[in-house]
Amino acid sequence: MSGPEVHHLFHHPIADHSFSADRQTLAVARENNVDLFHKTGSEYKLEDELTGHDKTVTGVDIAPNSGKIVTCSQDRNAYVWEPSPQGWKPTLVLLRINRAATCVRWAPSETKFAVGSGARLIPVCYFEEEDNWWVSKHIKKPIRSTVTCVAWHPNSVLLAAGSTDGHARVLSSFVKNVDERPEPSAWGERLPFNTVCGEYLNSTAGWVHSVAFSPSGNALAFASHDSTLTVVYPSGPEQAPRAILSVSTQVLPFMSLIWSSEAEIVAAGYNCEAFRLQGDESGWQLAGSLESKSRPGLTDQREESALNMFRQMDLKGKSGTDDTKLKTVHQNTINTIRSFEESGSGVTKISSTGVDGRVVIWSL
Amino acid sequence: MSQSLRPYLQCVRSSLTAALSLSNFASQASERHNVPEIEAASSPEVILNPLTVSRNENERVYIEPSINSVRISIKIKQADEIEHILVHKFTRFLTQRAESFYILRRKPVKGYDITFLITNFHTEEMLKHKLVDFIIQFMEEVDKEISEMKLFLNARARFVAESFLTPFD
Repeated sequence: MSGPEVHHLFHHPIADHSFSADRQTLAVARENNVDLFHKTGSEYKLEDELTGHDKTVTGVDIAPNSGKIVTCSQDRNAYVWEPSPQGWKPTLVLLRINRAATCVRWAPSETKFAVGSGARLIPVCYFEEEDNWWVSKHIKKPIRSTVTCVAWHPNSVLLAAGSTDGHARVLSSFVKNVDERPEPSAWGERLPFNTVCGEYLNSTAGWVHSVAFSPSGNALAFASHDSTLTVVYPSGPEQAPRAILSVSTQVLPFMSLIWSSEAEIVAAGYNCEAFRLQGDESGWQLAGSLESKSRPGLTDQREESALNMFRQMDLKGKSGTDDTKLKTVHQNTINTIRSFEESGSGVTKISSTGVDGRVVIWSL
Repeated sequence: MSQSLRPYLQCVRSSLTAALSLSNFASQASERHNVPEIEAASSPEVILNPLTVSRNENERVYIEPSINSVRISIKIKQADEIEHILVHKFTRFLTQRAESFYILRRKPVKGYDITFLITNFHTEEMLKHKLVDFIIQFMEEVDKEISEMKLFLNARARFVAESFLTPFD
């Protein structure tokens, strides 16, 4: 296993990031803009800037097949950016929300996307050919607080959303003429728009920071602020779930999680490092950190020589070791982790970004 | 460091580290605003339970966490009248210069001597573990500072009294 690939882009928090399908282009949300980086050699070079938002950009997502970029921001707007000969062309999306947009994700079908918002609703947006613009339909019920994260089921109809009211919900976002009727699954059979297929709460009802469906779509995981990670296995429509498994950890809360396979989840957050969790329907447990603590470079730093100590006292007027740098690769909270490379058996590489302005690519 | 100070500071340190898990959170009460939720108190669900860590009845720390901001209030030890005046003058000196201290709140929370307000923008700009270190160090040093000032004040008072009374000798 090789070490992680670290790209330090700038000294600003990265709220969200997304790679294009060929992994050559990287879009990161930086303050009010979205920066597009292009891979040249082994580095990512700044190529373009998408300007248009006038408040912090909170979400960015590149559709893998069409290459369209969707961005959303605290200024209540979302744009869809399409490549054109004159550069990236933005199209305003009619979100009809009056509070900040918090996150955005394309559906796997790429015909629609969902935006989380502070207005206690989720606009599901799709393109209307007749009027030539992106319109939205609101999922309103039973959300009672800011939606912090959204995630799509592989069938592009079911949507998972986590919110600061402590609930993780599975909702239907079926839009007529856009979606094909989905196959019945454990989550439900008939799925008109805004059907609540599941509503889950963990024991302390901490704010949900991240939700994700398993690769098959038959399980849901969510991470909340009480440092727990909960996995839900549904049994069938209108029935209590087969199993709700909560893993409480001793680490700081997780901000983001992805399923690397049906039996493994990678989650990262305020601890500045990624953790592996493994299990199945009978139980889940924390399987350890993704970082090997004995990275080269850190060990030689720890071996403090007497000469070094006196030099430090002389030059910097301080004794003892320099504890400014954390032992982890990321130096601040990790905000987003995403799948970078997948093989038949599951995700093999993941990318993570955080408040420290680093993009790190890990091999699992 | 005295025997009871160490567990006290250790407890404050771990509580602070957990409380400083902040994220960028736009207001859900007012449009296009992003305010510290602990100050605005407009949405009860994004405010966590406050926590008091106390060493004895005179020394305690009050931590009020929320989704994007934390308020940390410190009650500094005041054994007598002189220390009370000194603490008042000292904290007044600091709070009047609150802008240059970034994380200092202009007004302390009722019942406490000094309050820090740390928002997600501070934890983004500065290293989180260093912010915790700063507050712990402040708590360590402030007692020392106050007792030093008290000694200095007593010495000065003695000197003034001596020189005032010499003519009547």
